[in-house]
Amino acid sequence: MTILEVPTPHDITEPALAGTTETMVLNMGPHHPSTHGVLRLVLELDGEIVISAAPDVGFLHTGIEKNMESKTYQKALVMTDRMDYLAPLSNNLCYALAVEKLMQVEIPERVQVIRVLLVELQRISSHLVWLGTHALDLAAMSVFLYAMREREQILDIFELVSGARMMTSYIRIGGLAYDVPADFLPTVDALVEVMPSRIDEYEDLLTGNPIWLERTVGVGALDGKAAVAYGLTGANLRATGVPYDVRKAQPYSGYETYEFQVPIGKNGDIYDRYRVRMAEMRQSVLICRQAAERLRAIGPGPYVTPDRKVAPPPKSEITHSMESLIHHFKLWTEGFKPPVGDAYVSIESPRGSLGCYVVSDGGPKPWRVHFRSPSLINLQGLHHMAKGRLVADLVALIASLDPVLGEVDR
Amino acid sequence: MDNQIIRDRLQAQFPQAILAVSERFGDLSVTLRREDLLAVVTWLRDHPETPYDFLEHLSGVDYLGRTPRFEVVIHLMSLRYLHRICLKVTAPEDDPHVPSLTPLYPTANYQERETWDLLGIVFDGHPSLQRILMPDDWIGHPQRKDHPLGEEEVAFTFNQERIYAQKPFAKE
Repeated sequence: MTILEVPTPHDITEPALAGTTETMVLNMGPHHPSTHGVLRLVLELDGEIVISAAPDVGFLHTGIEKNMESKTYQKALVMTDRMDYLAPLSNNLCYALAVEKLMQVEIPERVQVIRVLLVELQRISSHLVWLGTHALDLAAMSVFLYAMREREQILDIFELVSGARMMTSYIRIGGLAYDVPADFLPTVDALVEVMPSRIDEYEDLLTGNPIWLERTVGVGALDGKAAVAYGLTGANLRATGVPYDVRKAQPYSGYETYEFQVPIGKNGDIYDRYRVRMAEMRQSVLICRQAAERLRAIGPGPYVTPDRKVAPPPKSEITHSMESLIHHFKLWTEGFKPPVGDAYVSIESPRGSLGCYVVSDGGPKPWRVHFRSPSLINLQGLHHMAKGRLVADLVALIASLDPVLGEVDR
Repeated sequence: MDNQIIRDRLQAQFPQAILAVSERFGDLSVTLRREDLLAVVTWLRDHPETPYDFLEHLSGVDYLGRTPRFEVVIHLMSLRYLHRICLKVTAPEDDPHVPSLTPLYPTANYQERETWDLLGIVFDGHPSLQRILMPDDWIGHPQRKDHPLGEEEVAFTFNQERIYAQKPFAKE
């Protein structure tokens, strides 16, 4: 297969069609509203037709992985919020699972249920931002306003549990930062109750809309084989018909006990990606409903592991137990020390398969943390999808891949 | 799918290439000789029963103070059999070269560029090994352990000559 090339910006300084016809090299971004952040694309154009599109990333590189090496394991968790800023809880979970695997910590069932519930809410909120901005890029203004309405409701839930709307740092190593408040479940119920009808509303606006169909059906089609070769994951891969979902393939946090479907597409074009994500939101609502029922059945209980070497004791214990005081002091001054070794965990984040590779040298700080960021790897397929299409289609293509530049560059 | 089956098959096929095998936490991890990496990965990718068709993750680690210093970690996934295998290859400090997997898996392209950019591990056979996250004129590889977690010294009139003399400005 010769089609599977990924050009770099340097490749395009020499236009591919030089001599045969006049082509133009054009910079799209980094400050372009439809690149969803600071993504620069070097385009080679023949009139309106894209001959080559090379993503140039790195404008948002903040050295998160390097910074994590100089912080203790607990403190490094805060950095993970800043990667994929539309899904901070998924990043928290991925990192926490990797460290927990390294330390072999048992997580109470109640904590796992809350984690699943929050991560699925996160998936809905992230998909809502994708839907709103994607429609906005194709000039469907009102979808954005509807999508933000429900996203606001979900962010209110995050604020309720963690105190922060975006940078939550709520899922911690060994459990959660603190227990969920009493009005958590009623708030979730209110959202889960209205969400299916709201998703119907979005679909009413777009699914059968002739302009939407004209702009998305058959645009940027990719077959399953090429998608796997480029390493696409998440909805972009499933739209091509490959039913790979980490929640089913290698379940974590008890996903194997929930009933849900993995929606797949057929053609791998923008429209299929849209349908897959919409169906995913409906499945997430189902999972949220199951998790809320379970949480109600479990009732009050622990919110962290009882292992005091990993998670601090409750404040009330510190006042009368010397051991608790020592544990608390040791954890916050020195941190815990996982055994020497490495662990890799991957989870299904809203953008695809998010992986975390942690290496421990036996000290209280991670020796190396590396994230497999689905946004960066999904971008490799862009050239293949955009080749031969119009510049206007490229705008739709970027939005349909749903990259978050904070995660691309880390 | 059992780790043991894959492990036995690999050991039967490449007895000399495998340096170490670990099954910690239930994950199969195999350390390979550098020169056999391409042969092993090609064999794994094209195996008729268990094709590892998806390169999930590729990155490097700088074990400063250990010889060999660098290690490249590759996670291959079989989408049909839902089994993951971790391959590790080491490279010494004075010869940080590892064969590129981009000809076998196009998805390795950006991940190898990132590893080269941040750790300085050269992937032989990569179509265009250029910096991806750092600026093109950056000096050094910042994820290396001997690269300081740097801050820039603030230039005042009393010290700006000394600072500007050492500072790598962008070339025209």
